[in-house]
Amino acid sequence: MEAVHGHTNDHSHDDHAHKPSGIMRWVQSTNHKDIGTMYLWFSFTMFLVGGVMALIIRSELFQPGLQIVKPEFFNSMTTYHGLIMVFGAIMPAFVGFANWLIPMQIGAPDMAFPRMNNLSFWLLPPAALLLIAAQFMPGGGAGVGWTLYAPLSTQAGPAMDLTIFAVHILGMSSIMGSINIITTILNMRAPGMTMMKMPMFCWTWLITAYLLVAVMPVLAGAVTMTLTDRHFGTHFFNAAGGGDPVLYQHIFWFFGHPEVYIIAIPAFGVISQVIPAFSRKPLFGYASMVYATASIAILSFMVWAHHMYTAGMPVEAQLYFMYATVLIAVPTGVKVFNWVATMWKGSLTFETPMLFALGFLFLFTLGGFTGLVLSIVPVDVQLHDTYYVVAHFHYVMVAGALFSAFAGIYFWLPKWTGRMYNETLGKWHFWLSLVFFNVTFFVQHFLGLAGMPRRIPDYALQFAEFNAISSIGAFGFGLSQLLFLYIVIKTITSGEKAADRQWEGADSLEWTHLPSPAPWHSFETPPVVK
Amino acid sequence: MKSERANRRMMTRLSIFAVAMFGFGFALVPFYEKICEVTGINNLIKPAAAVVNTQVDKSRWVTLEFDANAHGLEWEFRPVQRSVRVHPGEMIQIEYDVRNNGAKAVVGQAIPSYGPKHAAPFVKKLECFCFKQQPLQAGESKRMPVQFVLDGALPADVNTITLSYTFFEVKGASTAPAKGGVQG
Ligand code: HEM
Ligand SMILES: [Cu+2]
Repeated sequence: MEAVHGHTNDHSHDDHAHKPSGIMRWVQSTNHKDIGTMYLWFSFTMFLVGGVMALIIRSELFQPGLQIVKPEFFNSMTTYHGLIMVFGAIMPAFVGFANWLIPMQIGAPDMAFPRMNNLSFWLLPPAALLLIAAQFMPGGGAGVGWTLYAPLSTQAGPAMDLTIFAVHILGMSSIMGSINIITTILNMRAPGMTMMKMPMFCWTWLITAYLLVAVMPVLAGAVTMTLTDRHFGTHFFNAAGGGDPVLYQHIFWFFGHPEVYIIAIPAFGVISQVIPAFSRKPLFGYASMVYATASIAILSFMVWAHHMYTAGMPVEAQLYFMYATVLIAVPTGVKVFNWVATMWKGSLTFETPMLFALGFLFLFTLGGFTGLVLSIVPVDVQLHDTYYVVAHFHYVMVAGALFSAFAGIYFWLPKWTGRMYNETLGKWHFWLSLVFFNVTFFVQHFLGLAGMPRRIPDYALQFAEFNAISSIGAFGFGLSQLLFLYIVIKTITSGEKAADRQWEGADSLEWTHLPSPAPWHSFETPPVVK
Repeated sequence: MKSERANRRMMTRLSIFAVAMFGFGFALVPFYEKICEVTGINNLIKPAAAVVNTQVDKSRWVTLEFDANAHGLEWEFRPVQRSVRVHPGEMIQIEYDVRNNGAKAVVGQAIPSYGPKHAAPFVKKLECFCFKQQPLQAGESKRMPVQFVLDGALPADVNTITLSYTFFEVKGASTAPAKGGVQG
């Protein structure tokens, strides 16, 4: 922490002494706040694209029989819905938060590598275009599922190649973004901002960024093997040539399980900022929170084959993966306990961010419980690839990660825009989302328990009622998100002026040291943290 | 706050780590192969180790059904006999016929699969056309043997085993009539 500043960011900003105007401001921007904003808008756009795909899926499933789309197109929709939501909506949303908040929360003027930051963002739109263009390739989109399993993926049409390139680009973007985040957090903290004083959000991102650097290259390797199997005569996943399709699953899930924590951990970070603010108490068990998050991250490398119980595995391996998976529930439980304990005897208020955080707390925990159910081998053999799994991961990814993103956006919107959102409308958004989310996904537990397989466009008649309910819920949920868009736009254009410290319970630097809206350049001279 | 240099050093280190993890993904390939080999999970197309217990269990009959498929190949492929009844411990030889009806030479590799799956380790194949890649010239036909012994430890509830072979094309393999072993 010696070189107390002044110059550090001159290099990165000499071409930005003033704000350039028009579109070039955004194309060339190296400012962490601009880039954060772009990530968030990109993410929301992708959320709508992925959402439309989800509604196509749910329309087809509204009734048994094939009514609206062809099975091939249906499969393509499930594939790209998954890919776009994971890589296009959720992950960029949290990178957007990271960009906006990490420099402000640790008292740094910007990210460590502003130009690389710009590149990380601008890799995303081409990747998104590739995923969308894949729909228009001969033979249509690749109906292989978001997991891109071989051997289907090695036999799919040319759309698969675009998809593979998109995954490569998305991976590159994530890796660069992560390098930036790690370096910023480790090297650029203001004097006095020790690691154990950092807001929990920064900790969760530090850990997530390490996970990303570790596993995104493995995914890149897996899809590269798929690509060479497709075009260059290798036989990684081709049994006829001595390869093994199950190998793909192992490599994919070595990435895939940490990936689910890449999605969940920053969400934990946001929740760990919001709950204390509205409980007017510091986060309970801060240190245990840090250790719990780190242990979740480490354990997440050791449980991948719980996605493959039915792929053929010796019973000893099944037992190992079952116990290891159950073990993850322990640090997760510590976190849930700490959040609840933070609220214990707090002076709680229930503004929109807090409502979403509580929604997260209940529903994410429910998703964790169904995860535990699935981790039990004999149960999973029944439930694998049924709608029960679909319900499980939507509880953790939608009611978990997405609700946490909503909580964060309502929470920081006053800081970002200098204006307050409309509290009544925000609450409407929450309650509509909560109700429709459960209408959509709760019934899918029953469908799965009754044996309805996932990734099928048509189903047996006994599943009709629950599917109809689920589809109605999905449309309700989708429409509710337009209300969110309206609220955000309304806030930006005509919200009431927000206070510098809009939430008096919020105590990180962006609230205590910076005005609202946060100025374009902040902490050019680092604050002194006691 | 640390210097620009420290940042660059950090970036270099993290980039090397990322590249190493890309390599790690590929290193998983031989790693898994080794695990499968050592634990015997995936030796469907390798000859069984010497059969130890050759006691024929005359009191027990097991039916073996044979099935044949060609995936993406213009090959006519079928077992000479549809099924046989055997005693565990007996040495059995059956045959398959294959004919390349396509216009060009191709190399195929047969992959066996068993129903029920858990019967697989008890079918000890001593000789099988699936141990090798099979080149077939246009119009060529072949009769190919499979020799096996049923292990007496086969669970008592298994009375019927279906042995199904599927031929896949091995792209890029030499179609010269010489016999190449299975790669990897
Ligand atoms: C206590 C924590 C958790 C446990 C014990 C757990 C367990 C499991 C298990 C056993 C499966 C495999 C089910 C099957 O395919 O048959 C699964 C699937 C899945 N989980 Fe979790 N999980 C947990 C948390 C999470 C979190 C936090 C996320 C994401 C934010 C997540 C996302 C997913 C996804 C996306 C799948 C489905 C993957 C696919 O097949 O496409 N899980 N989980
Ligand atoms: Cu998992």
